Amino acid sequence: MGNTSSMLTQYDIEEVQEHCNHVFSQQEIVSLYHRFCQLDRNSSGFISGDEFLSVPEFAVNPLSQRLLRMLDGLNFKEFVAFLSAFSPRTSLQHKIEFIFKVYDFDSNGKVTFDDILNVLRDLTGSFMSEQQRQKVLARVLEEAGYTKDSSLVLSDFMKILGNSDLKMEVEVPID
Amino acid sequence: MAGLRSSSSEIDLDRPNIEEYLTTEIIGETPKKLHLKDLLDISPTLTEAAGAIVDDSFTRCFKSNPPEPWNWNIYLFPLWCLGVVIRYGILFPARVAILAAGWIAFFSAFFPVHFLLKGHNKWRRKIERKLVEMMCSVFVASWTGVIKYHGPRPSIRPQQVFVANHTSMIDFIILEQMTAFAVIMQKHPGWVGFIQKTILESVGCIWFNRTEAKDREVVSRKLREHTEGVDNNPLLIFPEGTCVNNHYTVMFKKGAFELGCAVCPVAIKYNKIFVDAFWNSKKQSFTMHLAQLMASWAVVCDVWYLEPQYIRPGETPIEFAERVRDMISVRAGLKKVPWDGYLKYFRPSPKLTERKQQIFAESVLQRLEEK
Repeated sequence: MGNTSSMLTQYDIEEVQEHCNHVFSQQEIVSLYHRFCQLDRNSSGFISGDEFLSVPEFAVNPLSQRLLRMLDGLNFKEFVAFLSAFSPRTSLQHKIEFIFKVYDFDSNGKVTFDDILNVLRDLTGSFMSEQQRQKVLARVLEEAGYTKDSSLVLSDFMKILGNSDLKMEVEVPID
Repeated sequence: MAGLRSSSSEIDLDRPNIEEYLTTEIIGETPKKLHLKDLLDISPTLTEAAGAIVDDSFTRCFKSNPPEPWNWNIYLFPLWCLGVVIRYGILFPARVAILAAGWIAFFSAFFPVHFLLKGHNKWRRKIERKLVEMMCSVFVASWTGVIKYHGPRPSIRPQQVFVANHTSMIDFIILEQMTAFAVIMQKHPGWVGFIQKTILESVGCIWFNRTEAKDREVVSRKLREHTEGVDNNPLLIFPEGTCVNNHYTVMFKKGAFELGCAVCPVAIKYNKIFVDAFWNSKKQSFTMHLAQLMASWAVVCDVWYLEPQYIRPGETPIEFAERVRDMISVRAGLKKVPWDGYLKYFRPSPKLTERKQQIFAESVLQRLEEK
């Protein structure tokens, strides 16, 4: 499936379904493929940062740069696996794992105070001072039983976010 | 596609209330005490980003849907083959011949008139106008244009501009065959540029260059001067600034709406029954686009000349532009999207991102106060 033809075979679809744990139907995968080809203007087999940023709704998102690092160089199979976190059929655990990966910038399995601060900075920009951010974060961490020097691992995230009603779903339009 | 650059400030001004269209985060309806899980839960922002990756209203405006194949059975297929033979073998060469004959006739009349009648400007203008209208009719004939005009024909008088939705450069030709408009156009390279410089000069043309930031003030001045001139042809403006696929309209630039004169809306809707007239300038050159039109059976479209509008007291030019866009979209059955067409060439303003950041920061700070 590394070729430039815009036709997906049944084998291709099944392979992609395997890779994303069957959270997308075959029709949704075909739809996502059309979208992938539409965004990948130079047919290079992956969507470049520029091509993602040409979608204005994506470019104005405060976490766009962070997500671009995760999306960089993904082929179609990996692209679908990335989006699988947003399917209504995905487990809560998988969604929390995705959020963990967004925070864990250096992918070492640990999220530190600075990592969380970095994301908070992306989300608040110049509308909160650095001190305010540190103060807020230190306060909520302490209240939850952690300290500024704690590193959170995935199981911590599961505990913290596990019983919140996390809504992270996107509908794939089927033409 | 050349790298997008960040937008210049002028583009910011053309976009009112866009925040209303973008979903905003809601961290609970009533402010509750802030917990760690609220800070860590970035799912609303991530969902917006993923939603934009999967489908977005801007890219939809420029999507050209491939035609559905209908030639899939034993008697339709030979019929379709016969159609292809007739279209490419008979119609296309005949149309090229008509077009060539038209150009020859046009040039052999235009240039003598242009140079010989240099002193007699009134006469020269009249004849040149008629010649341009004739040339456009030849063009329309060369794609067998079936065009229905509705509404009163434009009249030539000062203090008015015409605005229309934009699908392809042929919009201009279709409107021009009925009335010789003056037009404001992006400078193009190649043979189109040559025609722009020579022929369109005679009906009155104003050039702009999207990529030049200072261009805007110069263009505004030229527009105003043109509408004040008594003898000038009525000015036709496409306020979307770019070609859209005839299912949507993007935001209108306010330049045409702050000239203090009447704005006459024109709605154009193409019928895709034989060919899709959307010119996707990233996919095809204009020459290829014309060739495709000439190799299809016909170009069918409706043109509605709507009632002239004036700016209402207390209305800003942007509100005026949106009101006219509403009229045109309703008449032509197009959906409105809140995006600036220039986002095809530029990145969105950082102010939009900042607005989202502001909303989030304020809600965090507010919740911090709660006990």
